[in-house]
Amino acid sequence: MRWACILFPQLALDDVLRRRADRDAPLVLVDPAQSRPLVRAANRRACAAGVKVGQSLATARALCERLAIADYDNAAADRCRELLAAWAYSYSSLVSRDFPDALLLEVEASFRLFGGWPNLQARLRLELDELGFRHRIALAPNPHAARVLAGLHDGIAIPETRLCNALGTLPVEHAGLAPECALGLRRMGLRRLDQVLCLPRAALGRRIGEEALAHLGRLTGELAAPLAFYRPPDAFDARIELPFHTASSESLLFPLRRLVRDFAAFLAGRDGGVARFRLTFEHEHDARTRVLVGLLAPERDPELLFDIARERLDRIRLCAPVCALRLQADELPPFAPARRNLFDPRPQQAEPWQALRERLRARLGEEAVHGIALHADHRPERAWQIEHGKQRADAPPRNPRPAWLLHRPIPLRPAVRRILAGPERIESGWWDGEDVRRDYYVVETGAGQRAWVFRPAGETGAFMLHGWFA
Amino acid sequence: MSDAALQSLFERGRLWRGQGRALPRSTLPTGFAALDAALPGGGWPAAALSEILLPADGVGEWQLLWPLLARLSAQDGRIVLVAPPYIPFAPAWAAAGIALPQLQVVQTEDDRNAMWVAEQCLRSAACAAVVCWPRQGDPRTLRRLQLAAETGQCQGFALRPAQVADQPSMAALRILLEVDPPQWRVLKCRGGNPPARAIVPSPFSGGRGPAHGAGGMLLHADLADQKPSPSIALPARSLRPALRVEGESQAAS
Repeated sequence: MRWACILFPQLALDDVLRRRADRDAPLVLVDPAQSRPLVRAANRRACAAGVKVGQSLATARALCERLAIADYDNAAADRCRELLAAWAYSYSSLVSRDFPDALLLEVEASFRLFGGWPNLQARLRLELDELGFRHRIALAPNPHAARVLAGLHDGIAIPETRLCNALGTLPVEHAGLAPECALGLRRMGLRRLDQVLCLPRAALGRRIGEEALAHLGRLTGELAAPLAFYRPPDAFDARIELPFHTASSESLLFPLRRLVRDFAAFLAGRDGGVARFRLTFEHEHDARTRVLVGLLAPERDPELLFDIARERLDRIRLCAPVCALRLQADELPPFAPARRNLFDPRPQQAEPWQALRERLRARLGEEAVHGIALHADHRPERAWQIEHGKQRADAPPRNPRPAWLLHRPIPLRPAVRRILAGPERIESGWWDGEDVRRDYYVVETGAGQRAWVFRPAGETGAFMLHGWFA
Repeated sequence: MSDAALQSLFERGRLWRGQGRALPRSTLPTGFAALDAALPGGGWPAAALSEILLPADGVGEWQLLWPLLARLSAQDGRIVLVAPPYIPFAPAWAAAGIALPQLQVVQTEDDRNAMWVAEQCLRSAACAAVVCWPRQGDPRTLRRLQLAAETGQCQGFALRPAQVADQPSMAALRILLEVDPPQWRVLKCRGGNPPARAIVPSPFSGGRGPAHGAGGMLLHADLADQKPSPSIALPARSLRPALRVEGESQAAS
């Protein structure tokens, strides 16, 4: 087995940066619980201005103009790890979150699918960049070695045979041992891990303790190290708190896009789609605007989901400034990608009908796109029906029927030149209260139009226009 | 300009000789021999916008379009009606041979949305034919539709009132439907000169759709042959058993 360790050195900071449109503005994270706030993390611009982790916030403010400040939120970082685990699940069935700030993936089983480690690694990095997380990746034969190596060398890949050499060159401080233990070893004159590993184990154990000895055993692979593996949840629920309150749908697009992208990454990891999700815009004083987005078929393409969500957002009227955004989905049906022929002659930018239909429905409303179907009834109003799903084939009636039916009959205004066919009596519906007794004619009007008209059965009054033979 | 470049212009119908070789045969015959003969490609211009100008409601635009739509729908092509002015009456469409599962209707609230939908549908390549009813005769809109039809390799049809016949248009083909007498006048056809004489619609040059496709379409021609009927009580010609007493029989039983 080969284990890839993806280390997220600044998970909490990345999580805040991801939600900001301007990632280069100086930003620090401070611990909200403390009375005298200390800087817990600082982005590159803030560091360049001289801000250091551990400084007081007042110092950092003095050093850097226009410093943005956000809370260091452990819960948010946990949610990020949850999301990243869901994302990583698309690359490996064995994903572990046992290490803080890192994900462990068993990847050897996925090499054939993704074309070897270099391709897989490139793909992981690309997608992490898109998701907005800084990362370090290392590959090693066991999870603990991978974790230790990722801290030192970004991008390193160690095969089984060279593991001992690679571990041997590690300084003792960076071998994942407890700081006092590493200090003790250094005071003994042991600077590199190979010097430690060649010592007799029993004697070493008495000096540095059982726990440190077990850690060394796990690093070299001598001790088995069982991990707890990630199981993807069956529902998605993510929330973004906005740094500023806004009622303009324009400025909600950025957090919305972020949310939908995360959602799509989650769906792809689960190999599922979504047919129904809820967007909640939270206002102050616990007020909420809810938008239910329903699709006809499960989808998971991030662009399509975003387009649909954006159209919905454009159509609603936000009553108050929004302070948070939440996306929830409970039903996650399996996703069947649209089938395309290999030699499909259609042009490059072709969009499957399902995707097009969803875009149209998102903009125009749920009922805007529909099919039509026959319905076995003699009354013209009921001889057709709106159809949203699959249709069954019925035999069409044998009498002439017009291409256009009016929404409701109106008095025929143009003069009738001649009657072409009729009368055809349609008498039906006495049992459901919409009784119809009419004589239908096909007439030609003075202007040469062909109309389908009727009048009450047996009468000779004026015609009612009900359709056009177009 | 090189020969090859000229040739490609000829093939796309951008350039034509006054007298000379015809365009490559269109793959979309109209279903009417006289009209096919009058059009430069021998049929509808492929992947283009065609404009049909109507003097009034109920003058036979579907008689003209149904043969093509029936064939496209039989080949699993999707047909989209964007904001139709009336309800497409399913029995007639089924009788005309249109595969109803392939027919989709998009309802919109205003003309702007309708044009947006038409453009999206044309461009997406998910549809075989898109029929729309542009109310404002904005040349830019038609130009966009024409470009979208080219991009999406889709048949676009714009059904517009006859009053706009003298406005310039980007459409590859413009046909004016005349009612008295019923005839079709080609106002413009890309790749050739429009025929001087109007075409009298005659049913079918062959290649009609499914067998039951005749009912609705023949009506126009059938009835046109009829003499005016003097009386209302007597049907001019009993096309099919005209009187339906099914409701009464149920009431009696």
